Amino acid sequence: MILEAHDIRKLYGAYVALDSVSLSIREGEFVSIIGPNGAGKSTLINVLTGVLPPSGGTVRFKGRDIAGIGTVALTRLGMARSFQLVQIFPELSVLETLQAAVISRLGRGARLLSSLGADREVHADALEVATLFGLGDKAHALARELPQGDKKLLDVASAFALRPEIILLDEPTSGVSTADKHVVMDILVKAAKRIGLRAIIQVEHDMDIVFGYSDRIIALHQGKVLADATPAAIQADSRVVDMVVGRRRH
Amino acid sequence: MRTAVVLSLVGLAMLGLPVVAPTYYVTLMLPFMAYGVVLLGLNLLFGYTGLVSFGHALFIGVGAYTGAVLTTHLHVRHMELILPAAALAAAIVAAPVGALCVRYVKIYFGMLTLAFGMVFYTFLLKFYKLTGGDEGMRMLRPYLLGNGWEGFSKTAYLVGPYYYFSLAVLILATLLMWRIVRSPFGLCLKTIRDNPLKAESLGVSVPRFRWYAFMISAVYAAVGGALLATPTGNVDPTLAYWTHSGNVVFMVLLGGFSSFFGPLLGAFAFIFLQDTVMSVFPYWRLVFGAMLAFIVIFAPSGLMGLFARRRPVETSRA
Repeated sequence: MILEAHDIRKLYGAYVALDSVSLSIREGEFVSIIGPNGAGKSTLINVLTGVLPPSGGTVRFKGRDIAGIGTVALTRLGMARSFQLVQIFPELSVLETLQAAVISRLGRGARLLSSLGADREVHADALEVATLFGLGDKAHALARELPQGDKKLLDVASAFALRPEIILLDEPTSGVSTADKHVVMDILVKAAKRIGLRAIIQVEHDMDIVFGYSDRIIALHQGKVLADATPAAIQADSRVVDMVVGRRRH
Repeated sequence: MRTAVVLSLVGLAMLGLPVVAPTYYVTLMLPFMAYGVVLLGLNLLFGYTGLVSFGHALFIGVGAYTGAVLTTHLHVRHMELILPAAALAAAIVAAPVGALCVRYVKIYFGMLTLAFGMVFYTFLLKFYKLTGGDEGMRMLRPYLLGNGWEGFSKTAYLVGPYYYFSLAVLILATLLMWRIVRSPFGLCLKTIRDNPLKAESLGVSVPRFRWYAFMISAVYAAVGGALLATPTGNVDPTLAYWTHSGNVVFMVLLGGFSSFFGPLLGAFAFIFLQDTVMSVFPYWRLVFGAMLAFIVIFAPSGLMGLFARRRPVETSRA
């Protein structure tokens, strides 16, 4: 088990955002978390990635309790994330964005007097990730000047550049055109194999993406786990279909 | 390439200035070079980390008073010792001040730095026996390269050896900062400036890096402060007053904080504009206030933005 959450609760005042949520992520899994708006998906991701401390319960990553330890510490442990709303560095180029991730991974951020331009390892590593995500020819373009889909790719790519063991993606295809969603997902899966990711967790609304790529689906409803099963089992569960998935047109 | 040519020409002009320019204008270059050092540091915090300090005069004051105390009370006259001592004193003060301030951002950071600046100003003003109060204390002529230059009049000393010493310090400070902003550390600061949330998600410890930047900028301010004290020969609490902090922020805005050399241009323009405007119009602050409003509204990239083609903030590709 690479990531385990046990009996997680998250309260905002009297509002219960997560109520006794337990889940476990195994080696090699691609797990999707689904649910209607307000189900607690983003809160769960924020708790799992250490951004928010849980009000109760435990989160263990590689056997270590990580509840509320903070994003930076979790990144060093091998967990990365991308955000629902695209997060980029507007004034940095694609290459610089990825270099920042590589520098962080290699622990070279405090090097005051060494030349970034002369660090071939950082440059090559960043360029490899850019190429992997189809951004190689835009390596010197400013992030703010990229089309929306490329911004999303860059956001995800920078998380991959950390070469984490597990990655949590909050709506990786939001803001991407319908035509490009599968392209993005295919790139993502290919990159995951290339860098040897041990598991992927994504929050996603697009059920074609969810059912097309997931090994397992966790359905949340009103802060509780409604179902935790394979895509086939979820599709066969009429209660989950009615409350979370919706009837899909074939 | 174009930058290298311009810099070479500027360097040559500065080397030859004491030979060809009237003494008065050469003496005006001394505060320019001192502020140049201050602003290089301030812009690491402002332009590269995204934090606007309204209390940086605190560290200019620390540097200037360190020089005055060393030369007047401790009989340490060597500038090669005074500058490192000023840097050390600033680092000692900046460590706790920075640790508190960098926990906040935007206006809260600015107000906290302003508050610490005013605390130091009040200390300088009220602890008369230690600081000389509102009269301040003398900054004796420092030795340069082990030489007291006793045979030189004050003016000859300032426009001769001291000018070239200040120029050397400015060049060294510029080269060091050039290296810093193009280092992995510099890139991490830019990520924090652009998007702290994203920077954290990439494993960049935002408070830690902000603190490093604060420390470096304080050290630069103190070195600049020590350089500033010699031409006047006296240090007083106004060096640490909040309007002085405002002036250095104004210089950065005037030159353009999104460019490496913008603050240096800002310091140059400020010193010479102030001198020119003051000589023809007693209400020079009125003119400068209007100018600041104009820059913020119509030229947010400062003077540098008028000269340079529109391009992004310094990147590591150069």
